[in-house]
Amino acid sequence: MIDFDAVSVTYPEAAAPVLRDVTLHVPDGELCLVIGGTGTGKSTLLGTVNGLVPHFTGGTLAGTVTVEGRTTRQHPPRDLADIVGVVGQDPRASFVTDTVTDELAYTMESLALPQDVMRRRVEDTLDLLGLDELRERPLSTLSGGQAQRVAIGAVLTAHPRVLVLDEPTSALDPAAAEEVLAAIQRLVHDLGMTVLMAEHRLERVIQYADSVIWLPGEGRAVEHGTPAEIMACSPVVPPVVDLARLAGWSPAPLSVRDARRAAAELRERLPGTPVPLARPDVGALVARADRLTVRYDGLVALNAVDLTVHSGEIVAVMGRNGSGKSTLFNALAGLVRPARGTARLAGDADPRQLRPQQLVRHVGLVPQQPGDLLCAETVAAECSTADRESAVDTGTAAALLGQIAGEVDPGRHPRDLSEGQRLALALAVVLAGAPPLVLLDEPTRGLDYAAKARLVDALRSLAAEGHAIMLATHDVELAAELSQRTVVLAAGEVVADGPSREVVTHSPVFAPQVAKVLAPLPYLTVSDVRRTQAVAP
Amino acid sequence: MTPPAARLLHPGAWWLWALSLAYAAMRTTNPVLLVTIAAVAGLVVAARRVRAPWARAFGMLLRLGLLAIVITVLLQVVVGFRTHGHVLFRLPSVPLPHWTAGLSLGGPVTAESLLNAFDAGLRLAVLITCFGAANSLAHPARLVRILPAALYEVGVAVVVAMTFVPQLAEATVRVRMAQRLRGRPLTGLRGVRGLVVPVLEESLERAIRLAASMDSRGYGRRADQPVWMRRVTGGLVLLGLGGAIAGAYQVIDASSDHRRGVAVLVVGTAVAVAGAMLAGRRVSRTRYRPDPWGWPEWFVVACGLAAATSYRGFVHDPVNAGLPLAWPALPALPFLATLVAALPAFVTPAVPATSHPRPGFA
Repeated sequence: MIDFDAVSVTYPEAAAPVLRDVTLHVPDGELCLVIGGTGTGKSTLLGTVNGLVPHFTGGTLAGTVTVEGRTTRQHPPRDLADIVGVVGQDPRASFVTDTVTDELAYTMESLALPQDVMRRRVEDTLDLLGLDELRERPLSTLSGGQAQRVAIGAVLTAHPRVLVLDEPTSALDPAAAEEVLAAIQRLVHDLGMTVLMAEHRLERVIQYADSVIWLPGEGRAVEHGTPAEIMACSPVVPPVVDLARLAGWSPAPLSVRDARRAAAELRERLPGTPVPLARPDVGALVARADRLTVRYDGLVALNAVDLTVHSGEIVAVMGRNGSGKSTLFNALAGLVRPARGTARLAGDADPRQLRPQQLVRHVGLVPQQPGDLLCAETVAAECSTADRESAVDTGTAAALLGQIAGEVDPGRHPRDLSEGQRLALALAVVLAGAPPLVLLDEPTRGLDYAAKARLVDALRSLAAEGHAIMLATHDVELAAELSQRTVVLAAGEVVADGPSREVVTHSPVFAPQVAKVLAPLPYLTVSDVRRTQAVAP
Repeated sequence: MTPPAARLLHPGAWWLWALSLAYAAMRTTNPVLLVTIAAVAGLVVAARRVRAPWARAFGMLLRLGLLAIVITVLLQVVVGFRTHGHVLFRLPSVPLPHWTAGLSLGGPVTAESLLNAFDAGLRLAVLITCFGAANSLAHPARLVRILPAALYEVGVAVVVAMTFVPQLAEATVRVRMAQRLRGRPLTGLRGVRGLVVPVLEESLERAIRLAASMDSRGYGRRADQPVWMRRVTGGLVLLGLGGAIAGAYQVIDASSDHRRGVAVLVVGTAVAVAGAMLAGRRVSRTRYRPDPWGWPEWFVVACGLAAATSYRGFVHDPVNAGLPLAWPALPALPFLATLVAALPAFVTPAVPATSHPRPGFA
């Protein structure tokens, strides 16, 4: 179905090719997963399938990519629209029209299909992806999961043979991700579609894959094999595989179900309670919400939320897309006005009353698009601006950046950094003012496991220094690793607030993989198991 | 009579309506009429705007209109034609070479000249308001769907350019929040820079991603056709559109021959349509569920045209607007006709209810 023959891609002004001499074959009807760290060329590989690389992005492509007999050399992306459907990382950026049904019809209009065929296929696709209730909705009002399903539907109506998906679930809450993955599963099983999918969160997808393409980066050769083969050698693995390596299970199970069957002996052997991680002492009050209520145009986004946060705490805020996580953060940072109730920061300060220069000394918020915070031309300029604006010693922000992200070229433009580095820069800029409360909205979007591990270390040391950290996240594994307390929001109300170990193990949606494998034992992460085994073998 | 079922009107109806109001604004310099036109546009937008973020750009365009007035007046104070009349104050005057006849830098500033400049600025502001109203009532993307196939690709390019404005408004709100988080002043040179750079960068990136998506979804596929045929059709469309624009200009401009203008407009449009139909065979595209055109659409267009025709006989003399210095008269017919243009706010089908988008970072 898809053939790569000695494919290399070099971008202009790049020292080395992104992809080097890739030869592989993805057979018809397969669900093929593309994995690798950030910057190893996953998006480039996906882009070559319909010719967006190099027709659109520039750069040089050597070798041949053939999809169902058509080479991308002879056919620009628009002439492959009827056999390859591409869904990008941000579904909203790909929308051309403004309502759901129009968006579903757009590709068919370009392909000049007759009207009755279009009507039929739009209805079929609405059913297939469970979008019927949304048919006349403006695209801008859709939640993340809905938007992603519409974006998939919009390319499906053309009945392509191949579907290319770039991180389809990275912005979604666990339930919405399940929804999208279930839809993709159906396409593979019922329609025999070939799917090529890149994804950072292996724990969500590895069990569904028929084969895996691993891009190791650093000029090493691309590997293509069964999930079990690749998982045996890849450094990026989901928690179940990590646990299997620790426990010495071979072959490594890929799903929670298989791991649970293998783990009977481990569950016997482990002590009833894991050795807790040393946590900094919880100190002074840094944020308090009293009956906090926020409304947008009559819609209740937060409803009578009571919450206190103390210094040294790491609090995970979880919940569906649109459950009020971002609103809670915006209210604590004084960006939205409460309709009722109050939000107060350290020293009983009202965030709405603080002048911008004072605000940075009370609270730091890294928004979902960390790039919004950045406006200088170079990393160095960004850091020195932050030092000046927070009135701290020169070099503070740059030192923080080094601590969080390691070496970053100070002469680079912030837009040219990788996702992880850009997040680190935004974080460093916010932390320069040493705010007692740090709010992180979806910090792991687009981060690979290595970048995530560095973020975890950085946040832990911040908490040890007495910062209180709240992170809104869909990443259950990160929340389990990092937080000692979890707040779950639903429809603007707090439905659970307590120690993470209790809150997440009681919820099938928010439980991390290790908790599911080892239930009823209260272990959340592989590091819990590792630590406990080290102390009590 | 039961109220009509909620639905979105044909975008063409709203754009024709807004165009009529814009035409009316072009024909007059009477500030009372101009303000009435703006008020009518605002009323209809309030009642029938689409519940979507782009409709919020109306507020931003209103502010842009106010800015236009301020700039026009300021320019008039510093540089401008000096009219005789009631001198308010004098600025130090700088002599200019004689070829700038009539213009002067500094010098006496009269109440008449200020009023004149205010009227001119107001007219510009009302034009911007009309554009904003059309944009809020029907997204330009919906307008493109009714374009003839030949103009489709150009149309999409224009729409992408136009959607730039509302997306800019959204991004601006978000980036302003972010700048506050960094403890930045929101005003002054640094504040503006902190706002403009991220907003423009994001818009560019967005445009590129949209273009990639459109390309991979078959935008721009075409059937084969000989080169000469393509040249002929392209020439016809350009020539026709040029003629139509020239004609339209003559129709609006009161000082030129009205009948000749109409003739050029009609012939130009016909040539453009012929070219478009020929070229249309080159672009293979179909349309999913075309928008219906029913009595509410006729009604909206009729209300707009009623206002426009009542302004037709108006003397339009921008140079002498505001002279002599007096309270503007209120011509009854155009005033009442402008009020008629507000009827769509009450009579047309309501906009279907949808959930509201959330502001902020979400």
